[in-house]
Amino acid sequence: MGYHCVVCVKQVPDTKGITGEAMRDDGTVNRAALPAIFNPEDLNALEMALAIRDGHGGTVTVVTMGLPKASDVLRESLFRGADRAVLITDRRAAGSDTLATSYILACAVRRLEADIVLCGRQAIDGDTAQVGPQLAEKLSFTLVTYLEQLLELRNRTLRARRNLGHGWEIVETELPVLATVLDSANTPRPPAARRVMKFKKARCRSEVEQAIGRELAAASDDERAAESARRCSALAGRGLLIEQWNLDDIGADLAWCGFKGSPTKVHRVQSIVLAGGAYREYPASDPGVAQLVRELIEDHTIG
Amino acid sequence: MANFFLDNSDVQFLFEHMDLRLLSELFEEGFRFHAEFDFAPEDATDALDNYRRILTSLGELAADVIAPTAAETDRVGNVLHDDGSVSYAPGIADAMLRLSQADLMGFILPYRFGGLNAPLLAYTMATEVVSRADASLMNLFGLQGIAETINAFASEEIKAAVLPDMAAGRKNGAMVLTEPDAGSDLQAIKVRAFQDGTGHWFVQGVKRFITNGCGEILLVLARSEPGIADARGLSLFLVERGPRVRVRRLEDKLGIHGSPTCELFFDDAPALLVGARQRGLVTYVMSLMNGARIGIAAQALGIAEAAYRVAREYAAKRKQFGAAIDTLPAVRELLVDMSVELQAARALTYYASFCVDLETGTSRRLEGGAAGDETKALQQELRRLKRVNAMLTPMSKYVASEMSMRVANSAVAVLGGSGYMKDYAVERHLRDSRITTIYEGTSQLQVVAAMGGVAAGIARSVVESLLDREWPEAVRPLAAQVREGLALLDEAVAFAKAQPGAGYAALYSRKIVDMACALVIAALLCGQAAASERKLAVAGRWLAVKLPELRMNRDLVCSGDERPIAEFEALATS
Repeated sequence: MGYHCVVCVKQVPDTKGITGEAMRDDGTVNRAALPAIFNPEDLNALEMALAIRDGHGGTVTVVTMGLPKASDVLRESLFRGADRAVLITDRRAAGSDTLATSYILACAVRRLEADIVLCGRQAIDGDTAQVGPQLAEKLSFTLVTYLEQLLELRNRTLRARRNLGHGWEIVETELPVLATVLDSANTPRPPAARRVMKFKKARCRSEVEQAIGRELAAASDDERAAESARRCSALAGRGLLIEQWNLDDIGADLAWCGFKGSPTKVHRVQSIVLAGGAYREYPASDPGVAQLVRELIEDHTIG
Repeated sequence: MANFFLDNSDVQFLFEHMDLRLLSELFEEGFRFHAEFDFAPEDATDALDNYRRILTSLGELAADVIAPTAAETDRVGNVLHDDGSVSYAPGIADAMLRLSQADLMGFILPYRFGGLNAPLLAYTMATEVVSRADASLMNLFGLQGIAETINAFASEEIKAAVLPDMAAGRKNGAMVLTEPDAGSDLQAIKVRAFQDGTGHWFVQGVKRFITNGCGEILLVLARSEPGIADARGLSLFLVERGPRVRVRRLEDKLGIHGSPTCELFFDDAPALLVGARQRGLVTYVMSLMNGARIGIAAQALGIAEAAYRVAREYAAKRKQFGAAIDTLPAVRELLVDMSVELQAARALTYYASFCVDLETGTSRRLEGGAAGDETKALQQELRRLKRVNAMLTPMSKYVASEMSMRVANSAVAVLGGSGYMKDYAVERHLRDSRITTIYEGTSQLQVVAAMGGVAAGIARSVVESLLDREWPEAVRPLAAQVREGLALLDEAVAFAKAQPGAGYAALYSRKIVDMACALVIAALLCGQAAASERKLAVAGRWLAVKLPELRMNRDLVCSGDERPIAEFEALATS
């Protein structure tokens, strides 16, 4: 029998390429200064869902919440084999903290009727690791965090190994389940060329509208709406329209969304600028490494 | 994330500089496939974007997944088990899985068999990218010509049976030609093919030095006509791996340790005839070999690129005499020669790929039934391209493989003692590069193959057609130097032809082919220089080194010195 896996993914700023402009003066992340990427551990979650589908049948639906630009990660998911992609985008969702985000995702996932929900352990921008557990709570799904290996999936029962950092734990639970997946769980498959050739043309409605806004700047609103309807229906006919839901579509209570639904208060933000000091090179040889280790022990960096 | 396609400025330049748009129009046959396959491109811009995306994703795979395993693969190699099965090195097995998942194992196959229908030029770029990550993986990735040969010559039935599996990476293959007594001279093949009473074919005998002989789809060249001792007695057969095919041993080699080189025993193995009898060597294997030679040229480029990068980086960091060694003229000369030679070989290999694509495209247009008037012109163009490619293909293989060995050798020189140690990859690159001048025809055989075209004036006509354009001011003197070089080539060819017997021309064919290669490359680099400031320096340096060499070679060819033949015993002392 097949399982319906829903994977929650996030587009995040690439914190690897961080520069001095990564933070604004007010301490918030300057997303414009950093390239947007697929949150790395969400790719592991996606890979796990695809592997479940490959082994047991079923479908994989990928959901993300964000600006229309977040469709990038949905396209990337389609390149790698996802069957369906859903974008939740709504201005009223802006400013959502983990509580509001998990509430909105819960509203969406309920509509999708998932057997298994998979999330990355945490996102590299906020590093809270809260959304997965909160989502499980709201859905009343069994929560399995730090999933490293799926040992068995049979008769709607899942057995998995969790990596707790200081040891492993094997758990068994009935579906439905929500698991957060570690990067050590698998190596995500690469994008498949022929899927790339097809789904690079996939767009959500807002992206279509933005393109029309640029191309037909002089057109009337009615003309643009008509053109948008035409293009969306053409895309839908070819299986290239990314589903787009707003908060009304998923029946969300606005009091729980966006700034209003976000009780998180930032107490203080510290801007720590690491001054690039002198560096030393050690030869790439055994004596070189021994010398480096000796010095690190001497200044109590390690040991 | 590193990327071996995006980080290579020369490959990026060539991707833009070369007319991939034209190739996409030829290969997509007016973009008619889009109606049948929703992923096929709608127009040239779409197709180019596909090529770029495919190579970008391969570049990432090569840098992040494949390259980190290459040293380990070199160390552990493959294992032959008692039951005759072979397991790949872990890095190779994983890479093959990833390449299959990425849909990259049917690069040049048609869409209908699960392929990407890409031109050879894009595949050449891909092969270079893969080889830079791990030269030995190329021997598996680069075997896609086998599927292409099946596609070109086998029956629809065979194609439908094996090609989708090959494109998906579920099965891979081997070209099974060499025997203990038939290496360069394939006409001497002894492995026997025979039919039983019901007309079924079987293959009997031993093949050796078979790259990936443990693969599932084996294209075997065998003697189907016992009464005919030469090439016309040979036919091509498809043998699927089974109990009647045994891997008897894996060779222990100098390099490319990730590539399993097998000795195979066919014990009356059931076989299917590919195409027509007696055309095995003369038509099919020659065609397969041509594609494979470009593949080896691309492999050689990848190895050289990898070695060059290690050397360039090392020289910038390594301090001696109080400064980085890349400030020393002697090291600068080494690095510049490496880089210029690499770009020169790439220019030639990519151009040869482009011309092979034009040939393929032209022949597809003819098969598709061109209009009456057009047919004649197309046939004429096809004949011309075939002659050109019969020369450019061996030239590319010869130039790129010899370059690869020199560049890897120089990389060891730049690193000095460290280069000789296993701490750095350059010693592996040097070992890996050595095979490229040997397999798919040795350098000496490539020279023989190219010499015909050079003697018949084809090199001259290629150079002239490349020079026949308006040049920017800065490039004009370089183009004039190429013309000067052509006159030197003419002299050498005329002198060699005028000597009695074929011995003299054969003795000096390498020098003459060297001259022709230098000039074709010079003309190509002039074209690149017209589009790029950086390339102006490359073309200038190439000619500065090659013109004196051309003069030297002319002097040597015209010297009349026949001693290597006439006084062999005295000179090659025993």
